[in-house]
Amino acid sequence: MEPEPELERLRAALLAVPDGRLPDRDWLTEALARVGSEPAALGRLFAAAGRRCGREPLPDLPDWTADDAARVLLLAALPPTELPGQAETCYRHGDAAEKRAVLRALPLLPAVGDAGVPLLHDAIRTNDTRLVSAALGPYADRLDQAAWRQAVLKCVFTGIPLSAVSGLDRRADAELTTMLAGFADERRAAGRDMPADATALLDRLSVLHRSGTPARSGAEEA
Amino acid sequence: MRIFDPHIHMTSRTTDDYERMAAAGVRALVEPAFWLGQPRTSAASFVDYFDSLVGWEPFRAAQFGIRHHATIALNPKEANDPRCREVLDLLPRYLDKDGVVAVGEVGYDSMTPEEDEVFAAQLALAVEHELPAMVHTPHRDKARGTERSLAVIAESGLEPGRVVIDHLNEVTVPLVRDTGCWLGFSIYPETKMSPPRMVELLRKYGTERMLVNSAADWGRSDPLLTRATGEAMLAAGFGDDDVDQVLWRNPVEFYGQSGRLDLGADEASGETGPGTFEGNSILRGGS
Repeated sequence: MEPEPELERLRAALLAVPDGRLPDRDWLTEALARVGSEPAALGRLFAAAGRRCGREPLPDLPDWTADDAARVLLLAALPPTELPGQAETCYRHGDAAEKRAVLRALPLLPAVGDAGVPLLHDAIRTNDTRLVSAALGPYADRLDQAAWRQAVLKCVFTGIPLSAVSGLDRRADAELTTMLAGFADERRAAGRDMPADATALLDRLSVLHRSGTPARSGAEEA
Repeated sequence: MRIFDPHIHMTSRTTDDYERMAAAGVRALVEPAFWLGQPRTSAASFVDYFDSLVGWEPFRAAQFGIRHHATIALNPKEANDPRCREVLDLLPRYLDKDGVVAVGEVGYDSMTPEEDEVFAAQLALAVEHELPAMVHTPHRDKARGTERSLAVIAESGLEPGRVVIDHLNEVTVPLVRDTGCWLGFSIYPETKMSPPRMVELLRKYGTERMLVNSAADWGRSDPLLTRATGEAMLAAGFGDDDVDQVLWRNPVEFYGQSGRLDLGADEASGETGPGTFEGNSILRGGS
């Protein structure tokens, strides 16, 4: 996923919503221009994006809702030097929908750099499944391995489909296999099932990591 | 029976309550910001509380199919504590949020000069943010507190139709009925108002602009007393449509004035559909 084309796809899909009351195209055009010249205006515009642009999935990009798309475009319209600070403020001051939009924006906005990593940690600490899953997109590559494994386990535990986790098989390691196997044991002992996608993952990983004690990669645990 | 509880403090309630409320027909609610029993010592403590009202609590409610909205304000009791005064500066950011459908609870507790100032400042915020206001009437010296609240509201420039005066009783209803403000009633197991008394008030004053809530919180209270009131209405000879007006359409109309109600699929589930209100998702059609 290249950031620039993805932003263009989002913009096109949002504007392609069949004519109706929402999205309010005039509002969006003006808001995007305004945050470029007056970044401090972002807070109120960011909060209003759901009311102005709607909250339904985009017909052309059903993985995205109109409000998420509008908020990502607002962040992308900022001067790049403003982005790390403004993204953090929008997250810290945001309601759950605003926080989710910031998390979804992170992989599409290279100018954020590493400034979004503390936001991922915050989101993963919550029990709000919308935020946990939004935190596990491609930007989660920047999470250290221990935090990432905990987040994957949290998905299994809270019923978030593992399809939310970007690069799952690429990153899954022997330690995650051990953790999943332990969780499966607990579930079995309690007479309860593992989610099917977690069982499938464990089966795939067990084939790869069948040999002996799980690897512990000390460097990454710091 | 579809129920919209226009005033309930879910922060203080358990998931068992959400489950029982959903089973009883509660599909939407408004949680006003108020006192938590334990006094707060700083504005930062309010930030966490308000964040929860626009974050965690709506998520919790959604697990039970209940739409959660909030009203945000510095409550009159804590308006008297200078350590909490900075909360006023935080309010604008919360009043911009989608789930915030009014400024509240504002009003009086002990009718101090500090309360006067904070009440008036927050009514001005309601005007500025184009939001309705929820006004708490005091438990002590209630009649005079209600009169004084009405005077402050009249001075604020906020349209009476965008204000609900809450926790009314037999004595204070006549003060409010002709002002154009909405009338709120908190049905409690012992204090405030009971279902049979509420039915009598509905007989006497009609069902227009009447809002019935459980105001359930951390004290002795019962989140199912909205339902009990609906049943008491039916038993007393009111029709299903009267009950629907009081327990659903009235709160939808009042809070719909914010333009921010999000009732999702419930919009279409009513035989007697709600009216249309600019900006609310009840306009979005549906199945």
